Amino acid sequence: MNFDLTDEQQMIRKTIREFADEVVAPGAIERDRTKEFPKDIFRQLGEMGMMGLPFDEKYGGAGADTVSFAIVTEELSRACASTGITYSAHISLGGAPLNLFGTEEQKEKYLVPICTGESLGAFGLTEPNAGSDAGGTQTAAKSEGDDFVISGNKVFITNASHAKHLALTAITGSADGKKEISAIIVPTDAEGFKVIDNYEKMGLNASNTTELVLENVRVPQENLLGKRGNGFRQFLVTLDGGRIGIGAMAVGIAQAAFDRSLQYAKERKQFGRAIADFQVNQFKLADMAMKIELARTMVYKAAWLKDQGRPFSKEAAMCKLYASEIAMEVADEAIQLHGGYGYMKEYEVERYMRDAKLLEIGEGTSEVQHMVIARHIGV
Amino acid sequence: MNIYALVKRTFDTEEKISVQNGQIAEDGAEFIINPYDEYAVEEAIRVRDEHGGEVTVLTIGSEEAEKQLRTALAMGADKAVLINTEDDLDELDEFGASTIIAEYLKDKDADLIIAGNVAIDGGSGQVGPRVAELLDINYVTTITELKIDGDKATVVRDVEGDSETIEAQMPLLVTAQQGLNDPRYPSLPGIMKAKKKPLEELELDDIDLDEDDVEVKVERVDVFLPPEKQAGRVLEGDLQDQVKELVQLLRNEAKVI
Ligand SMILES: Cc1cc2nc3c(=O)[nH]c(=O)nc-3n(C[C@H](O)[C@H](O)[C@H](O)COP(=O)(O)OP(=O)(O)OC[C@H]3O[C@@H](n4cnc5c(N)ncnc54)[C@H](O)[C@@H]3O)c2cc1C
Ligand SMILES: Cc1cc2nc3c(=O)[nH]c(=O)nc-3n(C[C@H](O)[C@H](O)[C@H](O)COP(=O)(O)OP(=O)(O)OC[C@H]3O[C@@H](n4cnc5c(N)ncnc54)[C@H](O)[C@@H]3O)c2cc1C
Repeated sequence: MNFDLTDEQQMIRKTIREFADEVVAPGAIERDRTKEFPKDIFRQLGEMGMMGLPFDEKYGGAGADTVSFAIVTEELSRACASTGITYSAHISLGGAPLNLFGTEEQKEKYLVPICTGESLGAFGLTEPNAGSDAGGTQTAAKSEGDDFVISGNKVFITNASHAKHLALTAITGSADGKKEISAIIVPTDAEGFKVIDNYEKMGLNASNTTELVLENVRVPQENLLGKRGNGFRQFLVTLDGGRIGIGAMAVGIAQAAFDRSLQYAKERKQFGRAIADFQVNQFKLADMAMKIELARTMVYKAAWLKDQGRPFSKEAAMCKLYASEIAMEVADEAIQLHGGYGYMKEYEVERYMRDAKLLEIGEGTSEVQHMVIARHIGV
Repeated sequence: MNIYALVKRTFDTEEKISVQNGQIAEDGAEFIINPYDEYAVEEAIRVRDEHGGEVTVLTIGSEEAEKQLRTALAMGADKAVLINTEDDLDELDEFGASTIIAEYLKDKDADLIIAGNVAIDGGSGQVGPRVAELLDINYVTTITELKIDGDKATVVRDVEGDSETIEAQMPLLVTAQQGLNDPRYPSLPGIMKAKKKPLEELELDDIDLDEDDVEVKVERVDVFLPPEKQAGRVLEGDLQDQVKELVQLLRNEAKVI
């Protein structure tokens, strides 16, 4: 048993922490207001070689491990959760399926620009009528000669406006009366492909969330990602990895909320004393710190299992469920400790709560995580 | 070009520092590359990228200093040297440090040596110039710009807020002032490769020095923290009166004018 980070992981943490504090944090409040996408931050992350973090050097990646991915996602999210989700989705939803299921040619063509940061990574699964029940996909890809002709709608797709191509799920036929779902790589500039960026969100305002409309979009059948009919199984595997990213984001947001609360509670005086002198507030801060520690430990454990090549679905679901729920609790308590100031945007803690809420929904709602865990514990 | 950057491991003065038994308490303190040495490493890498050659980062310290050397390697330095004095010396002053560094460098044919202007812990600013004196090469301190053309360097140095341009013959030692450059973040591939780059560890013996050769000449009398900052005072009333009051206070209370 060893809880120490490796030298590389420590150096990555130190580097990304400095970058987050110096480059990402300063504009976070402003981007939340203007909804401006942090393009320049991603240019710099690309220069630092962070955009291909876990992927092979052969494709321009850095060959780092999942624990390092969790560290980077946590630190970026601590400064700005919009930046965090963009990064997490880029790696774990955009890059990972190409890396896991792509052919050599597909990796050369599609994974390389993701590693350099030239394209952001995105993944199109959710549809207006297929959310938690992602198997309910209605988007259809008809075979015509050597091509697929795809029509349908996807909703809430992260990063698509900044992606040159993305993998999406579609029905490619039926076998034994059951829908056959496959994943297909589609260039976003293909004819008939529209990316609509006009949601008004509760939080994560500087992240890019889009609706995809496909009308007879033609792509060659060689764009099939992985095995025909394996789309459903493939995205379950993809989401397992993505959940570690969501867990890490949650830990980052919760840590930010805690840091601000601790500082504020020591400075704010009421009844002639710092509010941190009242035991009730000390207990609140102690609870917040404990929950964050537990959540981070679970995120690291899931990441570590993945790095060891062991099964990690259950742990990924546990870390995602627990971390996202405590992120909401910690953010809520942070606002409470700030009193009326906490309700004001200037103090940043209210943003944490708005941003954290998504984590209980995206990549499987909390209820879906319970379902996954229940399945794994044999009920 | 054969380039050396001198780096020191120091505590981060932006983090909380506490003093115990006349020493800075090391537990809980954060350790970093001395910020001025970071400018030195960055500049060394830039000079190498432009003119070719090799950057070696050099430090004196304990095993712990390997972290800072690896960080410099992750930034892009090619090699590192750690002169480990942990077992030989209890104390080290500017005289000792520069003696060790000069002794190591004397047969290395360095074309350019870049040090920090000062270390933020000791703050003496002596090590760079002393090394140059011992090696008998030119040196320019507190530089904010460096251009190299053949064996000539054109250097802009900061002179108390003003600047002065100097031409100097190589080999040359310069010390880096804030403003020289904006040090890069180590890249992720750089971090992943840092462990594979050569790091040579030496002891005093290996450079033919004896403990007696570097016996400290400086006596440390006391270590204490600066007084806690007092709460400020906000002047009130008419602007005219505020100015008058401020001048009064500066003269009579603070006695600074
Ligand atoms: C900001 C944002 C970014 C997103 N990014 C992406 C992306 O990049 N790619 C992508 O494909 N999708 C993305 N999504 C979609 C996200 O994954 C879905 O919103 C999520 O899976 C929930 O699906 P839904 O919205 O259709 O809700 P529904 O599935 O309709 O769920 C509604 C409620 O019913 C509950 N529920 C549903 N089924 C059950 C059940 N069997 N038992 C108990 N309760 C149940 C849910 O838990 C939830 O509380 C994103 C969403 C958001 C908001
Ligand atoms: C939208 C809005 C509208 C408002 N409207 C009005 C208005 O119309 N008129 C008006 O006068 N005010 C108004 N207020 C102010 C509001 O009543 C105060 O914000 C509230 O009373 C809390 O005070 P505070 O913000 O100074 O927080 P603080 O008193 O500083 O509290 C900070 C934290 O410390 C805790 N705390 C403080 N003292 C103790 C203690 N002794 N023991 C344990 N915990 C303690 C608090 O519970 C809180 O968690 C409004 C505030 C908002 C946000």
